[in-house]
Amino acid sequence: MIFVKGVKIDQPWNEISIGGNITEGGNAVAVPTGDWRVMIPTFHEEKCKHCMLCFPVCADSAIPVESENKRLDFNFHLCKGCGVCFKVCPFEGAITWEKEDK
Amino acid sequence: MGIRKLLSGNEATATAMKQINPDVVAAYPITPSTEVVHYFSQYVADGEVDTQFVAVESEHSAMSACIGASAAGGRTSTVTSACGLALMWELLYVASGQRLPMTLAVINRALSGPININNDHSDSMGARDSGWIQLYSENNQEAYDNYIMAQRIGEHKDVLLPVMVCQDGFITSHAVENIELLEDDKVKDFVGKFEPTRHLLDGKPLSVGPYDTPMHYFEHQYQRAQAMIAAKKVILDVSKEYAKVSGREYGLFETYKLEDAERVIVVVNSSAGTAKVAADQLRAKGEKVGVLKIRVFRPFPVTEIAEALKNAKAVAVMDKCDSFNAMGGPVFVDVRTALYELEKRPLTINYIYGLGGRDVTVDNFLTVFNALSEVVKTGKTGETYRHIGVRGVN
Repeated sequence: MIFVKGVKIDQPWNEISIGGNITEGGNAVAVPTGDWRVMIPTFHEEKCKHCMLCFPVCADSAIPVESENKRLDFNFHLCKGCGVCFKVCPFEGAITWEKEDK
Repeated sequence: MGIRKLLSGNEATATAMKQINPDVVAAYPITPSTEVVHYFSQYVADGEVDTQFVAVESEHSAMSACIGASAAGGRTSTVTSACGLALMWELLYVASGQRLPMTLAVINRALSGPININNDHSDSMGARDSGWIQLYSENNQEAYDNYIMAQRIGEHKDVLLPVMVCQDGFITSHAVENIELLEDDKVKDFVGKFEPTRHLLDGKPLSVGPYDTPMHYFEHQYQRAQAMIAAKKVILDVSKEYAKVSGREYGLFETYKLEDAERVIVVVNSSAGTAKVAADQLRAKGEKVGVLKIRVFRPFPVTEIAEALKNAKAVAVMDKCDSFNAMGGPVFVDVRTALYELEKRPLTINYIYGLGGRDVTVDNFLTVFNALSEVVKTGKTGETYRHIGVRGVN
């Protein structure tokens, strides 16, 4: 998995930057926060009406939107499993939310 | 060669700073280090240096400003004592953890409470595990020399760590001694330029000190630990190079009449001079005694000290700082650890001495050498955690 361009998660101590300095901008999107998850949402596309209520409330930009009327599956690299999308979803079963099996 | 000058320890430090001409000095005055800031701000006002002097509102801010300046690629310096160092504490770890070289003159003073402005080592000894290199100075000459060498040591690419240069508050900071300065151009040539590979003003994106997750934090601590290990060789190399320029040689520690010594006192800073006089008096009577004065306390010269003390029968380690751990001061703990690796170890005792400016006399050291005789004679240390100069104790 790429953390910051050219830097891998499992790199040894002598290959990462001194003192954790970051030498690029705009890389927050590359930071994996998905590994914090306890609960996990599941996207059931057949029940989704693509109403677009879920993606603006996602604090982690973990709901990719392909076009104005089509959301895609969660980006689990970023999703922390907070469940806000599950709460706002008005269509039963389009988003389920349960404890993640790890 | 050299310039003979009559200077106090504080003025010697300020003079070294002037000759180094740092880019930034951010400092807040505190006794007994105030004079260094006083002298240096005068140099700034008189245009004798090009330094940006930042008059901050506290030592926490002083160290924060130094961290920013060093991250921005500036050669950076500051000064403090006692509670001032304590107020810097949080940032000391940031400076070393972010691998930002800078120099800090610590004019050693007791930490409160009760409040006391006189000398002991409780301030810098408390910061011994903050990732800073620590150099200790017996006299004004050493305070001056160490400060110049500290620039090169901390900024070396294998090290990149901040350096504390310690000397005894009032005892050397305010005592005037004849010392030999290097010419300005020699200091300038010796310290060269600070050229970090990356810094905040080099025109490319850089974040210094971002949140470090469990995924990387441990590796960064390992980097810092490796830098401290690497520092030992760099200190020796820089000291050798300095000897060529100054004629004054420095090692990790100084040995005084140690070759055949059976009883040895290990000591730090100005009291080494007093211990040497005691050793001379006993040597005159044919007694085999010696002194080991630690110059580099961080990194701790563990194998070298063991080697230097391996033939001693009994060693007394002097701590001008109590650890309140019910077993001994910081220098004692480290020296005794060093000796553990030896197959045949000298018997080792600890003396806490001179706290809060309590006078330290030649007689004190004669008493300690005498106590070591008893240890050698009986083959037993007895109580190892001892205090000397406390009323009602001895």
